[in-house]
Amino acid sequence: MTDLISRLARTPQGAAGLALVGLVLLVVVFGPLLAPYDPEAMAPLLRYKGPSLVHLLGTDQYGRDILSRLLVGARATVVMAVLATLLGTLVGALLGTASAFLGGRADEAIMRTVDAVMSIPSLLFALLIVNLLGKSGLNALLAIGIAFAPGMARVARSVALAVRKQDYVNAAIARGEGGFHIVVREMLPNVVAPIIVETTIRVAFAVMLFATLSFLGLGAQPPAPEWGLMVAEARKYLNLSPWMLIWPSIAIAIVAIGFNLLGDGLRDALNPRT
Amino acid sequence: MSPAYALKRCGLIVYTLLVVSLIVFAITQVLPADAATMLLGENATAEALAAVRERLGLEAPVWLQYARWLGGVVQGDFGTSLRTGLPVAPLMMEALGRSLLLALLSILLMLAIAVPLGVIAAVRRGRAADLIVSVLSYVGVSLPEFVTATVFVLVLADWLQILPASGYVAPTQDPLRALQHLALPVLTVSVILVAHVSRMVRSELVDVLHSDYVRAARLKGMKPRTVLLRHGLRNALLPTITIVALDVGYLLGGVIVVEEIFAIPGIGRQLIVAIQARDLPAIQAGALIMAATYSVANFAADLAYAWLDKRIQYD
Repeated sequence: MTDLISRLARTPQGAAGLALVGLVLLVVVFGPLLAPYDPEAMAPLLRYKGPSLVHLLGTDQYGRDILSRLLVGARATVVMAVLATLLGTLVGALLGTASAFLGGRADEAIMRTVDAVMSIPSLLFALLIVNLLGKSGLNALLAIGIAFAPGMARVARSVALAVRKQDYVNAAIARGEGGFHIVVREMLPNVVAPIIVETTIRVAFAVMLFATLSFLGLGAQPPAPEWGLMVAEARKYLNLSPWMLIWPSIAIAIVAIGFNLLGDGLRDALNPRT
Repeated sequence: MSPAYALKRCGLIVYTLLVVSLIVFAITQVLPADAATMLLGENATAEALAAVRERLGLEAPVWLQYARWLGGVVQGDFGTSLRTGLPVAPLMMEALGRSLLLALLSILLMLAIAVPLGVIAAVRRGRAADLIVSVLSYVGVSLPEFVTATVFVLVLADWLQILPASGYVAPTQDPLRALQHLALPVLTVSVILVAHVSRMVRSELVDVLHSDYVRAARLKGMKPRTVLLRHGLRNALLPTITIVALDVGYLLGGVIVVEEIFAIPGIGRQLIVAIQARDLPAIQAGALIMAATYSVANFAADLAYAWLDKRIQYD
């Protein structure tokens, strides 16, 4: 693990990604403690303020402190996105590995169906599922998880197929190892790496998708300090204070850039050939 | 591409649409409130509800409802909108036309920006220009469409006031104003695509420039420019076609958001309106048409790839 992190820190993307994601995780864990104000506290006399020493990032249409809302809202945005991605990864990896394991016609049928499902754009799929389940943050999480599963299934299957053909798997079979040993000790460690890379990059996408759902009014509901929702509300007051729009946009971008960089860095670090 | 393979691909498109129609029908059919309640409202009498259910054929078993719906779809009849009472199909096809114009212009703009960016980054690999392109592309892929759209509106429409903030003008009505209104949406949709494709062009071109035939061309004394364009770019652009086709999925998702923000009456906006109004026939039609667009785009990319690169033989 320490070896991996030091390899990761050696590439520029990996180092930058580690730093950004580390910062985001700190905010997720300690955000509410660091928030200088109550994120829901309204101050009618201090509305639409720009950045100042009192309110570092300014205030919104109700005079609420934007920094506090961002710090507290990190959980609503980032944790949900990570959980949604993990859900999609779990379902997809199971489906993909099962497909590769079954092989033959079953594999063909499963993958053709996965391809078919992937022809529905993720956002549209998520919209349909949220529409079915009702609008809420939790349902948006489920929707994104389900929408991600086919893509993850594709990745998991292709990796599992490639791994099964490797010499070290054949060598293990020739040594007379049991099936369980081969799957757990020989195949799994090599299947996991590409899936981790894909999952990391997908978190960035999930953050954006989650914020988009909230923006369209189908994810987190007001007055939650969810970042996409903050952008949606800020649009109505563009003329009064552009800061309300700029800060949550930057926050979303930082998280997405961080996970994108980390994913690319991990790809290099986990690839034993480089 | 052998005829047998083309036929197989067409069969796959049909299978894809069948699966999508099943999923869409299943998702919309298990909605908590059925179509009759949606038409008449929560306070309708039981008799009135029963009458409407009878008229819409909702009393039949689900598989029969699906078969009837699919039978209509095959003949181009997607049913009647619960919201407007008009047939869904003509409305959706008209909306699709507007969305395709938006998507096509976005792809053209994307290629015009992404390819030069990718080439510059590849040629100046490891130098400042490469780093700048790489940072820009990371920022580009990390901003959701609704954020870029709002920032563009803020800067170009609000502060500089050079472009209209929203609205739609038909190109047949006034081509110039139509383009002005399409400018911001097209810019917005292009951002993520530019970021993604310029990275692809860069990495493909870097690989190609290290190949033996490029070295041979250089050693032969060809001009660096000719080597880059004839030998390098030509081969680097081929895989890019497939990437662009796969990006159509993102493109369609982006189109949904962008049309909603800029009030363009395309298929994405129709879908959002339909979803908010729980207009089942419209949702089903919109989702199916989008999936069909994606499948056909990927098929077209495969055809183009095989036609451009004679080494590729699909079978």
